[in-house]
Amino acid sequence: MKTIGVRRERRKTSWVGRLLTVHGIAGYLFLYLPIVVLVVFSFNASRYASAWRGFTLDWYVSMLQDQALASAVKNTLIVAGSSTLISTVFGTMVALAMERYRFRGKLAFDALLYLPIIIPDIAMAVMLLLFFILARLRLGLVTIIISHVAFNISFVAVVVRARLAYFDMSLEEAAQDLYADEWQTFWRVTLPLIMPGILGGALMAFTLSIDDFVITFFTSGPGSTTLPLRIYSLVKLGVTPEINALSSLMLLISMALVMLSLLLQKGGGGGIEIV
Amino acid sequence: MSEQAVQLNRVSKKFGSVVAVNDVSLSIADGEFFSLLGPSGCGKTTTLRLIAGFELPTRGEVYIGQDLQGETPPYRRPVNTVFQNYALFPHMTISRNVGFGLEMRKLPRDEIQRRVSEALDMVQLPGMGERKPSQLSGGQQQRVALARALVNQPKVLLLDEPLGALDLKLRKAMQLELKALQHRIGITFVYVTHDQEEALTMSDRIAVMNGGRVLQIGTPEEIYERPANRFVADFIGETNFLEGQVTAGRPGEATVQVEDSLTIPVSADKAVGKRDVVTVAIRPEKISLHAEPPDDRAVAGVIEEVIYTGTDTRYLVRIGEQTIVTVRQQNVGVGEGASFLKGASIYLHWRLQSARLLTA
Repeated sequence: MKTIGVRRERRKTSWVGRLLTVHGIAGYLFLYLPIVVLVVFSFNASRYASAWRGFTLDWYVSMLQDQALASAVKNTLIVAGSSTLISTVFGTMVALAMERYRFRGKLAFDALLYLPIIIPDIAMAVMLLLFFILARLRLGLVTIIISHVAFNISFVAVVVRARLAYFDMSLEEAAQDLYADEWQTFWRVTLPLIMPGILGGALMAFTLSIDDFVITFFTSGPGSTTLPLRIYSLVKLGVTPEINALSSLMLLISMALVMLSLLLQKGGGGGIEIV
Repeated sequence: MSEQAVQLNRVSKKFGSVVAVNDVSLSIADGEFFSLLGPSGCGKTTTLRLIAGFELPTRGEVYIGQDLQGETPPYRRPVNTVFQNYALFPHMTISRNVGFGLEMRKLPRDEIQRRVSEALDMVQLPGMGERKPSQLSGGQQQRVALARALVNQPKVLLLDEPLGALDLKLRKAMQLELKALQHRIGITFVYVTHDQEEALTMSDRIAVMNGGRVLQIGTPEEIYERPANRFVADFIGETNFLEGQVTAGRPGEATVQVEDSLTIPVSADKAVGKRDVVTVAIRPEKISLHAEPPDDRAVAGVIEEVIYTGTDTRYLVRIGEQTIVTVRQQNVGVGEGASFLKGASIYLHWRLQSARLLTA
């Protein structure tokens, strides 16, 4: 009796296991098949996605020759570059303040810092738009940059804080013991050691900025079209292989940046010497 | 004792409501190897940090040389520290680590180079300059930390349990090496440790601390042979404590009744009155065992337990009704076994000055 029971249970487990495997594969297919199709069809010689007509790089070439697209890329890089720079500096300062000092309202400030990560993009977008109208700021690249800084600071601060949490305070004391004043200690010891975290945070900010759509859509004005906005307006006229090519390229860049960011956050244990 | 290197004048340090250092005064002479000894949380590390300038005293004054430190930041104090976990900069090479202090003081590049390689030679790590700290063993990192501090030729070197992370053998070797090094270069060492044996081995003088207070300052011999109170006697080495009432006392000698039928002879530095309740401290190695009473001051006892520990044999001896004392005898002979067997009736004897009266 006992043996039969065990055997039956084992059979049941293997049946459940197989189902779970199939389920897992289906899940991954659901997630990644569209991406694979997108990339594959960016090399399709046919203008229509209905059939495969052979391999070509034409769409990448025509994409690179598109003037409007080039200006969108330029705008995107300006926005991503400047918002990353600003939010990295401020985000690092916030992280240092939160990790090192005690001050009144620190708990509230801590919660507020996470808010931009948590609240829906659309709420933040409407909020920022209303703010810009109230402040009588003309919508354009500047307002997009301000908006991106607003959400990126939080992401940078979170990443840098994670690095600071493991910082050995006796290293700063050792520097001061060896005649380095507060500034020298910061530049020579603290900053190099948290640099991997800062770079990781910066890359993350850059990635988030490059492909932000909702907030950018609400806070952009004439002449400040970024890449995601441009793609959206192109798609409204029908999906062409150029868009496939463009999306594939963005996918590649985003993935590379995220990988680099994760690598920096994980490794770089020794820190990076600046001087 | 020539000039003073460090002086603490009634220094206290509070963290919130916790008093870490309580009214500590001490004076450390130039060239001295001075240890702060005590259990963890006794305030010894805080005292060191007050000298280094990482903490500022809540009350009292810290002098380095003749100079009152006040709120002088650590980077303007003529002292250097060897940290417990070494605190080597992981992103710099060994050379950059050792040269950091000289670089901050803007010394010429070639002089930095020369002094760094001298310092690495001194700690027996020549040619290691281009490695990173993570490529060195714990003992080597310890030496680098020492070189990084000493290369600046500080007035005082502060060491916070620098050997704590090393294994016993290496630790013993480093103790002697540090002591020899200190002797050679003549810099004042202030050494924090919780290891009483380490403190006894290395120090010229020791301050025993507990609960934020300094309980006794003295040479290793003074601390061991003439502990000021029960805590010091207990913390340094092994001690038998016997409590009782003084039945007879005259200057130099007293008799203490431990049990109804047990009185023991003790020495008394200060006058004690009859009926005073006191604690008597006797070190186990100061007691000798005899088959016949050597004089009329011997105390009779029965051996309860014999424990062989290699260099010594420890006897647990019952004297009186319920008092047990530990006696330690060195195993001088080879393979002779214990001199006395379990259950044997014997006599304990000690020199009068070995039994010390403690008041607290």
